[in-house]
Amino acid sequence: MADSTATGAGSSWTPPTAAQAAAVPAPPLRDKALPFIGPVILFIVWDLVVRLGFIKAILLPPPLDTIGALINGLAGGPLLGDFAVTVWRTLQAFAIAAVVGVPLGVVLGSNEKAYRSVEFLIDFFRSTPSSALIPLFMMIFGVSDINKVAIAAFGALLIVVFNSAYGVINARKQRVMAARVMGATRWQIFKDVLVWESLQPTFVGLRSAVSMGLVIVIVAEMFIGSDSGLGHRIINTQQVMNVREMYAAILAAGVLGYVLNIVFLLLERRVVHWSGR
Amino acid sequence: MNAVLNAPVFADVPTPPFVPGPAGTHITIRGLTKYFAGWPLYENFDLDIPKHRIVSVFGPNGCGKSTLINMIAGLIPIDSGEILFDGKSLKDTKIGYVFQNYREAMFPWMRTIDNIAYPLKLEGRSKAEVDRRMQELVASFDVKFDLNRYPYELSGGQQQTASIMRALAPRPEVLFLDEPFSALDFEMTLFIREKLQEVFMQTGTTMLLVSHDLEEAVYLADQVLLLTKRPTRVAEILPYTDVRPRTVATLSEPSFIATKKLSLEIFQREVRR
Repeated sequence: MADSTATGAGSSWTPPTAAQAAAVPAPPLRDKALPFIGPVILFIVWDLVVRLGFIKAILLPPPLDTIGALINGLAGGPLLGDFAVTVWRTLQAFAIAAVVGVPLGVVLGSNEKAYRSVEFLIDFFRSTPSSALIPLFMMIFGVSDINKVAIAAFGALLIVVFNSAYGVINARKQRVMAARVMGATRWQIFKDVLVWESLQPTFVGLRSAVSMGLVIVIVAEMFIGSDSGLGHRIINTQQVMNVREMYAAILAAGVLGYVLNIVFLLLERRVVHWSGR
Repeated sequence: MNAVLNAPVFADVPTPPFVPGPAGTHITIRGLTKYFAGWPLYENFDLDIPKHRIVSVFGPNGCGKSTLINMIAGLIPIDSGEILFDGKSLKDTKIGYVFQNYREAMFPWMRTIDNIAYPLKLEGRSKAEVDRRMQELVASFDVKFDLNRYPYELSGGQQQTASIMRALAPRPEVLFLDEPFSALDFEMTLFIREKLQEVFMQTGTTMLLVSHDLEEAVYLADQVLLLTKRPTRVAEILPYTDVRPRTVATLSEPSFIATKKLSLEIFQREVRR
């Protein structure tokens, strides 16, 4: 900007470009190591606690053994099968929630009266722990695979509907006005502005929904007579005191939740590229 | 006993006859009334806005400068009254609108070029027509930045330039500008001010400019419309007739200084009233 001469009527004058900002210097290598410090400390403390006998090895296996069990299990061991089943159930539940919830939320949000009339129901069941509804769903769907997917889908659905609806309701009024002043019809405003404006909150909803789906699937696998899945595996290994396998399964569930979150964050950054700018 | 004793009384209030503005009037406002929270903001407000002229709207805080142009542009509903463009209603009139906050006026999910073309797409123009119009606009604005970028990748001034291009794309009869420079730094203000003047000299589009900067308001104007405090009336309409293109030298012309001084006096009189 410093090299431009502002002379009011100057025709040779060009607007400063946004790209002129100097490249931000890369942070030193030491800073890149920061995220690893926490896990390393946890690992060392865990190892010391077991090694020094503060906690009996029968309750807490040494970390190396646990991670070995996790890697062995996921590399073709029985853990892999349970892992895959849980992933599949979570994705099914999520797909139902997304396919039903996003359109429903967007439509409800664009008709504020409709949303206000069901707002209480959505907020109430959103606040009800979905696991409290497991017995109810057992009466409806029986002790089946569908049951686990159905209850997870239900819990995830409310989150998606809520976020998509609020995305539309809180759309920037000025963008709507801009479209209207250009002569856009109500339908054109809906499809060209409202739907896009709601995308970012919708993604927030989808990300929370997939986490919620995973939580409910694991709980359902634990308590609704199940013969597969990570939840089932955690309960089973706990009951026979096979703690190494139990911790491996818990870690696997953690890995799954973490990876799903990251995947959705990356997806959101790609699709909603204007977010936060 | 069939006679109704206390029949309701209807007072036949005659609607005032429509008085057209002087020759060359573009926008005719008659009996405009708008209440805010039970208080009148505009009451029986009449105004004629001339065609092919730039009118700057200036007035005390809260007198409803932006509200006035938003009502004319149909963004805020009016309580009663009539607003006609060359005798037509708003829905038969093509208008362009430039917002102060360009960040929330552009659509960040579209590339800048698609933002500018959007009003043409709404009109259902063919791709060839849209492309031709885009080229004209790029040439007349002498655009030096990449329109294939997204709006948020551009500087503030570039975004506001793009949103003026978008407003002008369908060749509107009237261009509304609501404090278009307020969110820009001084350099960009100068640049866009010159661009607007160029466009006006090329096309003669009627423009209605709301400004909080008196120098800016007078510099671009053919008429300075000074408003009173609420309930808002027209305090004065000052003509300013210096030839275009106006330049930095214009700012020190006696006629410019006189108009600015007179505007300020009227403004201060109205603020104190």
